[in-house]
Amino acid sequence: MTESTQFMKHDAILDLIDGVATVLRNRLRDRRLDDPAMIGIHTGGAWVAERLNAILGLDQPSGLLDISFYRDDFTQIGVNPQVRPSKIDFDIDGRNIVLVDDVLHTGRTIRAAMNEIFDYGRPASITLVALIERSGRELPIQPDVIGLSPPLGLSDHIKLNGPDPLGLEIFHGPRTGR
Amino acid sequence: MPSPRSPNLQLNEHGRLRHFLTIEGLSRELLVQILDTAESFATLPGRPVKKVPLLRGRIITNLFFENSTRTRTTFELAAKLLSADVINFNINTSATTKGETLLDTLRNIEAMHSDMFVVRHAQSGAAHFIAQHASPRVSVINAGDGRHSHPTQAMLDMFTIRKHKGDFTPLRVAIVGDVLHSRVARSQILALNTLGVSEVRIVGPRTLLPTEARALGVHVFHDLAEGIKDVDVVIMLRLQNERMDGALLPNEHEYFRLYGLTDERLENARPDAIVMHPGPINRGIEMDSAVADGPRSVILQQVSYGIAVRMAVMSMAMQSQADLGGET
Repeated sequence: MTESTQFMKHDAILDLIDGVATVLRNRLRDRRLDDPAMIGIHTGGAWVAERLNAILGLDQPSGLLDISFYRDDFTQIGVNPQVRPSKIDFDIDGRNIVLVDDVLHTGRTIRAAMNEIFDYGRPASITLVALIERSGRELPIQPDVIGLSPPLGLSDHIKLNGPDPLGLEIFHGPRTGR
Repeated sequence: MPSPRSPNLQLNEHGRLRHFLTIEGLSRELLVQILDTAESFATLPGRPVKKVPLLRGRIITNLFFENSTRTRTTFELAAKLLSADVINFNINTSATTKGETLLDTLRNIEAMHSDMFVVRHAQSGAAHFIAQHASPRVSVINAGDGRHSHPTQAMLDMFTIRKHKGDFTPLRVAIVGDVLHSRVARSQILALNTLGVSEVRIVGPRTLLPTEARALGVHVFHDLAEGIKDVDVVIMLRLQNERMDGALLPNEHEYFRLYGLTDERLENARPDAIVMHPGPINRGIEMDSAVADGPRSVILQQVSYGIAVRMAVMSMAMQSQADLGGET
């Protein structure tokens, strides 16, 4: 059995998201990335994206990406039985996209997400937001805005539970299942 | 009708779909998983790029020993939308007519490194036979075998019903027409009962209904108005023309007079009832054009949903190869 510890609770995570929102707002302004649109990666990234979207007061609801059909490990794990439809109700073409994930680890999820986004259209830019950034990158993908980079052991995993209440949990030792 | 082979052949040791041959022996959970997965694929036509890269580099072979344009085309389209490469084997004009056995044909196509066979055959049990003899790295999808089974058609019908009705449990469903000779009806009845609908009825003349109705878990009606009274879903079956030649039916006009679906007769069903048909329709025999093209008809949606459901089944079956591990 894998042991787990509670790393951060709901209110602290909301504070963290507030901080991310401030950094993101400044970055979008400094780089003149006007009229941004938010996309969250199912599931944790979508919760964070929704809150960021509300704080930034963007016009349209955040989009949702389920990258199950774009994973590069399909031959090892097959189709995720909990796959749900991606939902992007705005035009991607020429848009400044803010892509949000809860935990950035290997970078493979982000690669898959970018592949899927390009099947919806050609964005003007993609800004990557990760609530948690950790070591273990396997692809040259780095976030533009980071909430927190906690020190984690090689075999530790961190997971965002939610959406209400939100909780960050660290699992020690090899993870079972996916 | 008993299955020619054990239905467990369809599942691997992890209980996941390896082949898709019949609805028989599959759990409600697995059927719901097929429908849920199809739900995601059904959104793809709304995007500029309709394909996903899931089965990129895989080869899927359509092995059709019996003519079919629409089923073969939707399977081909489903495979292409999953980014697989597709080979179509028209067996009528290939080596089987030169005396090559089914097994020889199979071995030859396997030697072409196909990852999946989609099989249609006039003989019941043909897809099971191929699944039993195929190499472990090949999945088999049944696209219709004799009078036995047509599981992807049944699942696309279930998908259509769920899209319109949501929950299966309160539903009354009537299947009308030539149930006896229909592999579609057989698979639909199994799927509806597995998904837990309230009542399945079969409606038609005595000569076209199976005698083992009780074993199938259905109620039998010989009067159309009575049979579709208060139902939520009316599924009309195609009347095969060759049945007219035998002693089973008087003639087309007589059949339409007794069992043809008209707007007037449809009044017996619930006001929000939907009308389905696996196609192609014989207009003026199974149903009036006014019904086929009317507001309650979901026949063309069935065709579109068929692509999403076939994508779901193909991608799930390919997962069994993931469970084998190693190089694929």
